[in-house]
Amino acid sequence: MPDRALIPVRKLGHRAIDAIWRLGVVARFFIWTLTRSGGCLRRPQLVMREIFSAGVLSLIIILVSGLFVGMVLGLQGYETLQTYGSEEALGVLVALSLVRELGPVVAALLFASRAGSAMTAEIGLMRATEQIDALQMMAVDPIARVIAPRFWGGVISMPLLAALFSAMGVFGGYLVGVVLIGVDEGSFWSQMQAAVDFGDDIMNGVIKSGVFGVAVTLIALFEGFDAPPTAEGVSRATTRTVVTSSLAILVLDFILTAIMFTGV
Amino acid sequence: MSDALVEIRDLSFSYGSRMVLKGINLTAHRGQVVAIMGNSGCGKTTLLRLIGGALRPTHGSCKVDGQEVSALTQRELYDLRRRMGMLFQFGALFTDMSVFENVAFQLREHTGLPEPLIRDLVLMKLHAVGLRGAHALMPSELSGGMARRVALARSIALDPMLIMYDEPFAGLDPISLGVAGNLIRRLTDTLGMTSLVVTHDVQESLKIVDYVYFVSDGVIEAEGTPADLRASNVPYVHQFIHGEADGPVPFHYPSRSWAEDLGLAHA
Repeated sequence: MPDRALIPVRKLGHRAIDAIWRLGVVARFFIWTLTRSGGCLRRPQLVMREIFSAGVLSLIIILVSGLFVGMVLGLQGYETLQTYGSEEALGVLVALSLVRELGPVVAALLFASRAGSAMTAEIGLMRATEQIDALQMMAVDPIARVIAPRFWGGVISMPLLAALFSAMGVFGGYLVGVVLIGVDEGSFWSQMQAAVDFGDDIMNGVIKSGVFGVAVTLIALFEGFDAPPTAEGVSRATTRTVVTSSLAILVLDFILTAIMFTGV
Repeated sequence: MSDALVEIRDLSFSYGSRMVLKGINLTAHRGQVVAIMGNSGCGKTTLLRLIGGALRPTHGSCKVDGQEVSALTQRELYDLRRRMGMLFQFGALFTDMSVFENVAFQLREHTGLPEPLIRDLVLMKLHAVGLRGAHALMPSELSGGMARRVALARSIALDPMLIMYDEPFAGLDPISLGVAGNLIRRLTDTLGMTSLVVTHDVQESLKIVDYVYFVSDGVIEAEGTPADLRASNVPYVHQFIHGEADGPVPFHYPSRSWAEDLGLAHA
């Protein structure tokens, strides 16, 4: 039966076409969001509201996580560095790990779970309860009024959250390394100051978190907008947001690190 | 200016290969309350979506205020929609805004009116639906009937020429039902609007409407004034108006024969 033998190949082909088609839909959604963002400039209060719900409401989880990640880095770093007698470099290790990698990546993962999932659920429920249809019938473009402000709110919040995460992490490393273990305070700060470069380290970290902000917010908004208008549809879309954006963050992190720090 | 605000001629629509509407002809004159009735899933809501330009007909014409809806550009369609209102089945209020903000929404989006004037207009619209005192409540604090009245106030915010109601009576208690019916009639008359009511609530709607279209399986099965339809001998209309369990609309969903389902087909 040649036909039956071809079924898996056909299924694979259909899946590939579906995936490419969906990618195209996401790209079109992204372009719509960008081209219909004019209203956000005219009414910045819409974006400010979204910065509050995506950014300010995520502060607690970001700050607490940053503190603990920094404290763990302090402990682990000290254990390793003291083997080589260079525990004064603890500040450098903590700061570089946070600013280059952990700050943007972990803050983005937390942002995807906290704010991204909330965005998807909110937009999905707006669709399920016909609020999006109501907007359209009121001659209000939902992309311009609902999607664009949330997009810019997320994109602006992400680098700020990552910066706060790193700052709290450095403080956590200081607490463990200097206050608890007794590493020399002067060496801790001065070595950090000397080794961390503003352009190469801090700015690259900011660029990374900006890219993660675009990816997470876009995925969250698209999944919500595209969700089937049922309870099951919204719950699946919320799960997909967290899974897809976490994978996107890790893959993008590898690509960006390869370009920024190894010159690939 | 033509007397007909909504004119639908020979309109067909299909979702993929499934024909939902087949050759519909419908006219709503200015100042009328027109009901579109039919059992669930017969294509009534699809008809409203076609009039609102959310869907495009497969065949035929749908004109609102003399404009062919499917031929309009996005901008023209939005201009037309500013003169139309739609009441969704469960109100579709914005859940993150108060009652006041919901009603003020269109005024803020589409007009440059100063805030004190918007406030006065919103309170007037809420007064018209009897809910001025509820302006500070959130949608989650409203009953189903109240939510629909707020949605009605929101849809008349810009004094539209046409309002479409999607099942305005569904799930309401008898008092709210009477209130909703009265409001539709009174607002249509006092504001000089035209109303299209999609419903399957026979008793309430026949009390308030001027003309009725019965849709069954995608075609207009009967039409006329409420008095005509009460006296109608068309089997479908008779079954619908008297709420009979069996008739042209069968009680049983189409199925295989009992013998086949019990595996006795070969016996």
